[in-house]
Amino acid sequence: MNEKTSAIRTERRDVVVIGGGPAGLAAAIAAREAGCRDVLLIERDRLLGGILNQCIHDGFGLLTFKEALSGPEYASRFIARFDELGIEAKLGTIVLSLSSDRILEVSAMGGYERIEAKAVVLAMGCRERARGAISIPGDRPSGIITAGAAQNLMNLENIMVGKNIAILGSGDIGLIMARRMTLEGAHVQAVFEILPYSSGLPRNIQQCLNDYDIPLFLNTTVTEIRGAGRLEGVKVAQVGQDRSPIPETERYVPCDTLLLSVGLIPENELTREAGIVMDAVTSGARVDDAFMTSAPGIFACGNALHVHDLVDWVSVEAAEAGRRAALFAAGEKNESQRGIPVKPGEGVRYSLPQSVSGEEDFTLSLRVTAPWRNRAVVVRSGEKIVARKMARRLHPAEMMRIDVEKKNLVGCTSLGVTLE
Amino acid sequence: MEYNAYSQYVSPWKRWGDVPFHYDVLIIGGGVVGCAIARELSRFQVKTAVVEKELDVGFGTSCRNSGVLHAGFNYTPGTLRAYLCVKGNALMDELCRDLKVKIRRIGKLTVALDKDDEATLHRLKAQGDANGVPGLELIGGARMRTIQPGVEGALALYSPSSSILSPYALTIGLAENALDNGAHFHLGQEVVSIAQSAGSGWRVGTASGDSFTAEVIVNAAGLYAAEVCGMAGIMDYHIYPCRGEYYVLDKRLNGTLNALIYPAPKKNSPGLGIHLTPTVDGNILIGPSAQYLDDPADYGCSACVMEDLRREGQNLLPDIRVTDYIRSFSGNRAKRTPPSVGGNADFVIEDRRDKEGFINLLGIESPGLTSSPAIALMVREMVEKHVVLRPNPSFNPLRQGSALFFSELPSEEKADLIAKNPNYGEIVCRCEKITKQEILDAIHNPLGARTLASIKYRARASMGRCQGGFCIPRIARILRDEFGFRPEDFLKSGASSPLFVGNVRPAEAGAHR
Repeated sequence: MNEKTSAIRTERRDVVVIGGGPAGLAAAIAAREAGCRDVLLIERDRLLGGILNQCIHDGFGLLTFKEALSGPEYASRFIARFDELGIEAKLGTIVLSLSSDRILEVSAMGGYERIEAKAVVLAMGCRERARGAISIPGDRPSGIITAGAAQNLMNLENIMVGKNIAILGSGDIGLIMARRMTLEGAHVQAVFEILPYSSGLPRNIQQCLNDYDIPLFLNTTVTEIRGAGRLEGVKVAQVGQDRSPIPETERYVPCDTLLLSVGLIPENELTREAGIVMDAVTSGARVDDAFMTSAPGIFACGNALHVHDLVDWVSVEAAEAGRRAALFAAGEKNESQRGIPVKPGEGVRYSLPQSVSGEEDFTLSLRVTAPWRNRAVVVRSGEKIVARKMARRLHPAEMMRIDVEKKNLVGCTSLGVTLE
Repeated sequence: MEYNAYSQYVSPWKRWGDVPFHYDVLIIGGGVVGCAIARELSRFQVKTAVVEKELDVGFGTSCRNSGVLHAGFNYTPGTLRAYLCVKGNALMDELCRDLKVKIRRIGKLTVALDKDDEATLHRLKAQGDANGVPGLELIGGARMRTIQPGVEGALALYSPSSSILSPYALTIGLAENALDNGAHFHLGQEVVSIAQSAGSGWRVGTASGDSFTAEVIVNAAGLYAAEVCGMAGIMDYHIYPCRGEYYVLDKRLNGTLNALIYPAPKKNSPGLGIHLTPTVDGNILIGPSAQYLDDPADYGCSACVMEDLRREGQNLLPDIRVTDYIRSFSGNRAKRTPPSVGGNADFVIEDRRDKEGFINLLGIESPGLTSSPAIALMVREMVEKHVVLRPNPSFNPLRQGSALFFSELPSEEKADLIAKNPNYGEIVCRCEKITKQEILDAIHNPLGARTLASIKYRARASMGRCQGGFCIPRIARILRDEFGFRPEDFLKSGASSPLFVGNVRPAEAGAHR
C-alpha cells in the first residue's frame, strides 16, 4: 500500500434514502412524488425489497391494498412504482459512515465514494435480538439460530436448519417459522414464551400455531442448553411473577434446533455515529412530527425508527418521512426539530413522535405496556384533552395510531399520552 | 441424528502424502504454545509437525481467554512463570509485527481498595522488580485518574508492559507462518496412543487410525497434557480444568477503558478476579470467573456465574445496557493445583530423562499466552539435544497480509483496495463490516480449516452484535460457491457440530441466485 492514494470520488445529491426495504422504497417514492428530482436510494443487498424478500407467507397489504399479499408481492408493487418514477438505486452498496451534516461514505464493488446529501432518510430496518441478549446458560452447540436467519436460509438459500424444533419467544417471525418448518416436514414441538401473553399478532397465533396443533406455553422459558456438537435438547421451566424460573417445573425437551424469536432491535449504528439523539425505549432516533431527528435534514422511518407490527404502517410513515425530506432538500422547511414534547404516561410503553410543532395535524403511534380491554388512549395538554380514542382490545404486540388535530394544540407546551 | 461432515475436512491435511508420516519433531497440541514451538523450529532444517484433535488451531484455551499480555509481577521470582512471562512479553512486539497480529501496549492498573491490598501492591512491586518487569510504578489516586478517569482507590501498581493482543491472530499467525516455513499441521487428529519405537523415537496413533513416527515428541496438549504423557507412561501429573466464563460487550462501549484495571489479587484465588478487559477489536470482556470442573471440554456457561458477571460488570461499568451483552463464552485453565489447594503451580517444561526424546509441557495456564514465544525458545534448546538444528536458509519470519481489518483502514486506503479488488466493496458481515475478500481469505487459509469458528477467528464475521444472523447465510453461499459445500458440511467448530441439516428440497444445479 505504498502507492499514492487516490482522492475519493464525491457526489452531491438532494435526498439520499438509506435502505431499500418497505420503508426506504416508500420514502424514496414519496420524495420523488413531492417534487424532488434527485433521489438516491442505497441498498446493501443486490435487490430491492429488504426483509420482504424472505417473507413468502401472505398477509401483507391488507390495509393498503385490501389484499393479502406475500412479502415479495407487496414489495413488487412499490418497486414497480419506484421504477416507473425512474428513481436511482445503488444496489450492493453499504453506507459505512454518516455524519450529522449529512456526508455519507459508501462502499460497493464498483468503488468507494463520498456523498453529500441535502437530506437523508434513515430506513435501515431492524435486526433480531440474538442469544447474548437473553443469556441462556448451558452449552454452546450448533443448532441455535434466530427465526429470521432460519427464514432467510430456508426461503432464499434452500437450507433446512433442523428437523426437531423448539421455539423460544412468540414474536411473529417465530410463529411464521413454526408453520413454515412444519410444512417442510420438521417437527415443531412447542413455542415457549416467558411473558403471560404472546408477543406476536393474534392472527398469527391462530394461523401458525393453533391450526397446526403446535402448543404455546406462556410464562415459560428455556433455562438450559444441552449439546456437545449439535443441540441435543433444552430445559424449560415455568416462571414466577418476577419472571425467574420455578425449579420444580423444569423439564427436558429433546430437540436439534432452537429458534429464537425474542425481539427486534432497530438498526441504528449509523444514527448513533452521527450523534443523533436516541430514544432508550424504542432504540430508534427521537423524531418530531416531520420524522426529523435531532440532526437537521436527517429523517428516520420504518423499523429503524421503531419496530412495527404491520408493514402497511411502515409504508405510510415512511412516505411522510420521504415527503418531508424532499421539502427540506428544497429548502422549504429548513428548520430544526420542533419543540412541544410528547411524553408517554401510565400504561404506554412509548409514543412517537417524541415532539411536535403544534402547527400541523399529526398521527401518534404508540404501544401499550400490557394487554387491556376497553380502555381509552388519551392525549392531554395539562388537564385539557386534545385527542381520545377508545379501543376494545389493546395488546403490546399491536401498534396503535391516534390522530391529533392542530386546532386542539393552540397554546400547549407539552403533551402526555396515557391509557385510561 | 447422524452427522457425517467429517470427510469434507480430511483432504486438505492429506496434501503431504499418505500416512504413516515420519517427523523429527512431533508436537501434540495446536494451541498457542504448540504453534509457537512449531514456528520456532521452522527456522531450522528439521521435519516438524503439529497434530491437533480439533479442526483448527487454537480451539482450546488459546482462543478462549482475555487476550492479555501480562507484565510478570504476579509470579514468584525464580519460577518458570516469572522468567518466561517477562521474556515472552518482551518478545511480543517484534513477533506481532512480523505475524501481523494486533497488539496494544495499554498498560495496567492493579488497584488497592484497602490496607491489605496496599501491602499486596508493595509486595508485587518488589516481586516484579526482582523478575525484571520494566517500568513498574506505585502511583497515587490523581495519577491513576489521569490514566483512567473515574477509577476509585488511593494506590495502584502501574505496569506499562501489560498489554492486549488478539489471541486468535497470534495462534493462527504462528501456525500459518510455521506452515509457510515447512511445518506440517494435521488437524482433526486426536492422539490416542504413544509408544516408544523399537530402535529410537516414538510412534503415535490417532483416533482416525493414522499413525506418526517421530524422534522427539513435544507434549503441548494443554488441558489434555496429563492424559497425553500418561499414554507415554508418565503418570506423575494431573490437570484440573478450571473454567473461566466471560461476557462480550457491544462495541458501543469501545473507548471506555484506556488501560487494564484489575483488583489487587487475593491469596489462593485460582484467577485474577473478575474484571473488565478491552479487546484489540473494540469489545469489552467481563470475566473471567473461576470454577473447577471434571470435563476439560465443558465450555458451558452457568446461570449463577452469568448473573455474577452481569452484576460485577454493572458495578464496574454502570453504563452497560441489556442489549450490550452480545455473547457469553468460557475457556478452561489447565491447572496443576487441585481445588483444595487453589492458587497456581509453576509450569512444567521438562526433557524427560526416563523417556528419551519426550519433552513434556504441563500446567501452562496464565501467563501461557504471554510466555508462548519464550517457551518456544526453551523447547528449542531441549530439542537441540536430540536433533541437529541447522538453520533453514529459506525461513521467512514475515506473514502476508495486514494486522488491520478493512473496516479499520482510512477511507483512502479502502477506496484503493476496492479499486484493485471489487470483493473489498461487498460487505458480508454487517456488524463488523467484514468484506467478501476477507471472508475469502479466511476460508482459503493455508491450514485448510473451514469451520465457522475458523472464519470467525480469522475474519471476525459473526462476532458482532447480531452474532451471525446476517452473515451466516451469506457465508454459507460463499462456501457453497467456493468448495461445493452441502448445507450439512458447514460446521460450527467440531466435527459433530453441523449448522444445518440439509436442503429444504433437492438442490438443482444453478437454481440459486
